[in-house]
Amino acid sequence: MDHRIKEIVEKEYYRNDHPEFGPGDTIVVGYKVIEGDKERVQEFEGVVISKRGGKGTEATFTVRKISHGVGVERIFPYHSPRIAYIKVKRYGKVRRAKLYYLRGRSLKEARIKEHVKKMLELHKRLREEKKQRKAKKNK
Amino acid sequence: MIGLLGKKLGMTRVFDEKGNSIPVTVIQVGPCWVVQKRTPDKDGYAALQLGFEEVKERYKKVRKDGKVVRKRILPNKPMAGHFEKAGVPYLRYLREFRLTPEEVEKVEVGQKLTVAEVFSDVKYVDVTGTTKGRGYQGVVKRHSFAGGPMSHGTKFEYRPGGVGASTDPGRWFKNMKLPGHHGNVRRTVQNLEIVKIIPEHNLLLVRGGVPGSIGSLVMVKWAVKKYQDKKFEPKAAE
Repeated sequence: MDHRIKEIVEKEYYRNDHPEFGPGDTIVVGYKVIEGDKERVQEFEGVVISKRGGKGTEATFTVRKISHGVGVERIFPYHSPRIAYIKVKRYGKVRRAKLYYLRGRSLKEARIKEHVKKMLELHKRLREEKKQRKAKKNK
Repeated sequence: MIGLLGKKLGMTRVFDEKGNSIPVTVIQVGPCWVVQKRTPDKDGYAALQLGFEEVKERYKKVRKDGKVVRKRILPNKPMAGHFEKAGVPYLRYLREFRLTPEEVEKVEVGQKLTVAEVFSDVKYVDVTGTTKGRGYQGVVKRHSFAGGPMSHGTKFEYRPGGVGASTDPGRWFKNMKLPGHHGNVRRTVQNLEIVKIIPEHNLLLVRGGVPGSIGSLVMVKWAVKKYQDKKFEPKAAE
């Protein structure tokens, strides 16, 4: 579809509130689950192994984790209103866009190097946020 | 059943208020102009002839009596007269929509019809288009035959198999499913749900796919099976 039409149709659905993350990063996705008439947020923590679908509402990302020794992958629509929040836990340093090679590996083989520079920035940000929260409390 | 002409623009996904993802086809519907009215007295049936998509005039240089003359090739002379008579811009496509005589009476020639006017109070539509042409295809693709096994020394991978005839009846039955041209035929998808109308840009979003390739002409009508007795009444023209 023409990108101008795409924007007209999809604009109102775009989520611009997600933090920046990419393949190799460990993130926590808070996903709204509807049980009967109740709604609660379910967390899913794991490594982002792919982001695809471009910029539009069709964009998705895949998160992989090992649950009770079994590999579990979940695909989330990036712009889904069901995503309550995304938190980045750890920035990984990887050399490719799709980390499908993790599927065949376990434990030691599936380690991802930390992106030191980005991690330092993350810690700095967290510290500042904590300070601000404390300052607010004292006031 | 009243409808409008449109152009398939492509597919995407949107989300509903619950957060469910809905696959939608974006169709540019209208604006359409009423170019001619068919009445039972004159033509034996009642219908509206609608035109869609304005065209820019196109000229060609032609040699005539040793002189080079500009000749208009789009629209050609008879078509231009047809449009001028109705007082509408030059249009690319013309199609007829069968209506009841009473409905036709209420509409004026030269009137402009938009998506919001026609589809704001209906929930389902039928979409007619020409499917993508697939050329000469075998039975597996054309008629969804299972085909034969792919291995174990078989020579029957994609063949149509027996056609059922022997000395008696000594001929093939008609409509035998065989290889041939696939696609490029008129098809209608019924009861597609309208997800959204964007009147400012003449866009209509329907749930699911519609026939044809991107940019092809489609006819969007009120769903025949849902609105059999509903009558079309145009909003009062200013």
